[in-house]
Amino acid sequence: MEYILLLIGAVLVNNIILVQFLGICPFLGVSSKVNTALGMGVAVIFVMTLATLVTSTLQKYVLVPLNITFLQTIVFILVIASLVQMVEIILKKMSPSLYKALGVYLPLITTNCAVLGIAIKVTEQPIIAAHGFSIIDSTIYSIFIAIGFTVAIVIFAGLREQLELVSIPKGMKGVPISLITAGILAMAFMGFSNLV
Amino acid sequence: MSKIKILTKGFFKENPSLILVLGMCPTLAVTTSVNNALGMGAATTFVLLMSNIIISLLKNVIPDKVRIPCFIVIIATFVSMVDLIIQGFVPALSESLGVFIPLIVVNCIVLGRAEAFASKNTVFDSMLDGLGMGIGFTISLVLIAAVREVLGAGSFMGWQFIPSDYNILIFVLAPGAFLVLGFIMALVRHCVNKVEEKRKSKMCATK
Repeated sequence: MEYILLLIGAVLVNNIILVQFLGICPFLGVSSKVNTALGMGVAVIFVMTLATLVTSTLQKYVLVPLNITFLQTIVFILVIASLVQMVEIILKKMSPSLYKALGVYLPLITTNCAVLGIAIKVTEQPIIAAHGFSIIDSTIYSIFIAIGFTVAIVIFAGLREQLELVSIPKGMKGVPISLITAGILAMAFMGFSNLV
Repeated sequence: MSKIKILTKGFFKENPSLILVLGMCPTLAVTTSVNNALGMGAATTFVLLMSNIIISLLKNVIPDKVRIPCFIVIIATFVSMVDLIIQGFVPALSESLGVFIPLIVVNCIVLGRAEAFASKNTVFDSMLDGLGMGIGFTISLVLIAAVREVLGAGSFMGWQFIPSDYNILIFVLAPGAFLVLGFIMALVRHCVNKVEEKRKSKMCATK
């Protein structure tokens, strides 16, 4: 039950893009078609889960015992960057078909602030208060957050596909009209705000 | 390019967030009040300035193949410094900016300037470039924050001048960020287009 509430909270109430403003770059950059948006979403689910698993393990068994949490930012960004590189190399060798589907999105994820943002956020306060800081909870939460990312980016890509067909004033073309669309989508998501 | 131009190009013509569309996450997230925007702008400017200086000093030492990880380590060092300084001296600001201070590491503006400018130019030019881009980023943050704070909270830098009954709350919430940024960006682009057109027609006339 706790985890169902967590899922609803992460996907609808605290949607990572539309409420927390993390990962806006891929949200605006790779959302012109539904298919590419879906590919990006799956890649983010994959990387975010792995990254949070590794960073929260590091936090629990290395940074806190050695009392060097002030190095958190440097350690996390290096771990995430090398993790993405490693995943890319392993996928290329092990499963060329999956690499073909996700390959283009993987390098982009290093600069996705959502991955680092969630890795830092889960260390700040426990996900489920009764459990304290738990690696399993953090990882599950990161999966849910990444699902929220995918939901938002796919809906937004659907809207943008429709936007291509209408005539828009010159200055509004491109990013400005996308942002205004995102604003209206965020308003729709505000309807969920008291759900949990 | 003249020195003045290197400094001022970041203000409007190549404004990082309004024209180049870089660093969108902090632009949307911290602009709920002008004070937050100023704090974030100052922190980013410091990181940009320092990382540009160090990277342009080390540009001949860093091997080309591993330059991106090297840049990230340099940037992350300054971000950690800024994080600790803000936590120590302005705890209220640290509370309201939260996770977005450590996230300056993945702000595309900083890495973008390191890659596109500091790794190719002299120390002094890189310093001017970092400063100019930082100021340009701060200008756009303050512009957005001013609109959002006045409409959404009826105050400016914490000074309340519209009673709270008449505030349009949605502007300080998430949708307001997207809407205000969208409209300001459209306005700026429209003005830039107009100026370009005027310049073009003038050139034709003199010919």
